Amino acid sequence: MRIVIAEDLFLLRDGLTRMLEAHGLEIGAAVDNGDDLVAAVTADPPDLAIVDIRLPPSFTDEGLRAALAARKQVPGLPILVLSQYVEQLYARELLADGTGGIGYLLKDRVFDSDQFVEAIRRVAAGGTAMDPEVIARLLARNTDNDAVSALSPREREVLGLMAEGRSNAAIGQQLVITERAVAKHTASIFLRLGLQPSEDDNRRVLAVLAYLGS
Amino acid sequence: MHMSAGWMGETDDRHGGSRQRLSAGLFALVRGSAFLALAIAGLALLAVLVLVPGLAVLGVVAMVGLPPAHGLVLALALWAGDVLVVRYGVIVALLWTRRLAKLTRRLSEEWLGLPILESYLKAPDHDVARLSVGRLRWMMSDPATRRDLLWMVTNASFGWILAMVPVILASAGLIGCVGYAIVGVSHAARPLERITLVVLGVALTALALWSAPLLLQAYGGLARTMLGPREDPELAQRVRHLAQTRAETIDASAAEIRRIERDLHDGAQARLVAMGMALGAAEDLLDTDPEATRKLLVEARQASSKALAELRALVSGVLPPVLADRGLVDAVRALALDSVPRVVVTAEPIGRLPAPVESAAYFAVSELLANVTKHAEARQAWIEIRYRQEMLAICVTDDGRGGADPGRGTGMRGIERRLAAFDGVLALSSPPGGPTVVQLEIPCES
Repeated sequence: MRIVIAEDLFLLRDGLTRMLEAHGLEIGAAVDNGDDLVAAVTADPPDLAIVDIRLPPSFTDEGLRAALAARKQVPGLPILVLSQYVEQLYARELLADGTGGIGYLLKDRVFDSDQFVEAIRRVAAGGTAMDPEVIARLLARNTDNDAVSALSPREREVLGLMAEGRSNAAIGQQLVITERAVAKHTASIFLRLGLQPSEDDNRRVLAVLAYLGS
Repeated sequence: MHMSAGWMGETDDRHGGSRQRLSAGLFALVRGSAFLALAIAGLALLAVLVLVPGLAVLGVVAMVGLPPAHGLVLALALWAGDVLVVRYGVIVALLWTRRLAKLTRRLSEEWLGLPILESYLKAPDHDVARLSVGRLRWMMSDPATRRDLLWMVTNASFGWILAMVPVILASAGLIGCVGYAIVGVSHAARPLERITLVVLGVALTALALWSAPLLLQAYGGLARTMLGPREDPELAQRVRHLAQTRAETIDASAAEIRRIERDLHDGAQARLVAMGMALGAAEDLLDTDPEATRKLLVEARQASSKALAELRALVSGVLPPVLADRGLVDAVRALALDSVPRVVVTAEPIGRLPAPVESAAYFAVSELLANVTKHAEARQAWIEIRYRQEMLAICVTDDGRGGADPGRGTGMRGIERRLAAFDGVLALSSPPGGPTVVQLEIPCES
């Protein structure tokens, strides 16, 4: 798998490159600003672009805008946005086109390299990787939602992991239950929330996120 | 030797004192005469200002009584007279009035130690060529010009007396009495008369020298009252308000810095220490106990995650990332997305405002939304953001139970204090049963 990295801090760019290479991923280019990112992915589209949200010259949301621009140039290009903080507003903008292949994670998630690489593979395959922090805030916002509060604690756990973008198999592994049990939970959740069940992981994630964010 | 030196010094001082007083009196006499000259110059200017338009009026009156042919010639002459004499005469007189007032101010400071502040209006950017109607309009619209003129009138009518009295006294004493005693009464045989005249003359002169500095100071005081800037009660009120809000702002930011320091000290710094200790211990155990090492490494990683989380919370309390990235409207939208009662944000694209205004407005909205969540039992809230004529207006409405009391709790007071630093205001309407409407307005000159 070939990856392009856009990160302005040398330490992080270097560390990320080494970690990903150690996991057998190929780094196509490692750039330090948004313009170079767009140029690099347009010249030779990679399997995934990892983008720091805060890039020069403005050091605001330059990375986010560059990522969206890159995706316009290369439709469907999987993008994983990293940031020191996560904001629902930015998550929504990233998910807006509804085609998947989007990740939005806190930089801390890099600490757990296995999970991080798992998220990379998921996004590269067209899935979603939303930071648990985003999901936690979405769930907190739904405390007064009767349908959500009627879920059992286990079901809420499954809902959270589902919203992060994990497959049934991954959820089962995380919660140490069988995939069949996860499927039962998800069916029940969809029924209680009044959502249309879907076999497609990505459509499922977007439906859940849309429900929680409404 | 030492003693005698001291004694000598004392005599010198005593002599110096009287000599100083004498020279001060003489200086005051000379300076008083100079001020007198200024008063006369002022009188001349006033005469020009009154006579020139007066002559023009007389000309018009005269023209009415003349045959038409003569009238035409006279009209032309009057037109020229108007342009050359009236307009320029008045402008020049006004310019000189201002010069005279400035000179009086300068002399008052240099000679009397009474500085008088100038408060003329700033010249407009256009149309103030030296002799133009624009300049006339600008000068006449300035209250300071009117005060200058008033001073000229006062000075020419009775102000000059203050400066004049010592001069008259001294002249009377020196010329009238002493001079007369020496020259005028030389034939008279009576020495007593002569001595009386001399004594009277010396006394009058001494009185003049003694009173001259005092009267001149009084004269300076009068000039200062009339030529100095006017005391403005509104302005004084404004200064008090600014001083108070500034003090509050400084206090608040000092408290904020203390809070940040404490948060860093108890939070991220402590976590980093724990991390360093865990890593050090792991290093020691690396060869002997791999299992314990792994535990310590996990601990260190968790500590770094917690430190990051705390730093994140700290930063978003100081300058929320979306506010820094995108400005007020998107920051409020981001805030709304995290709020439990559903919030509808309506805003026109207002671009970036000055950072301090954005920050104050954001934290005010944040506090108001927190109030809605905590107290209002609302299901829905609406935030409207508008920017018109350099005025940022934000309206926060909720469908809660109302009855919010601005006096209770520190939240509202805190918002008001934050806004006051920008001359911003807050209005609250919250009848029991709702709805609660809070309106904020912050002027922002960009």
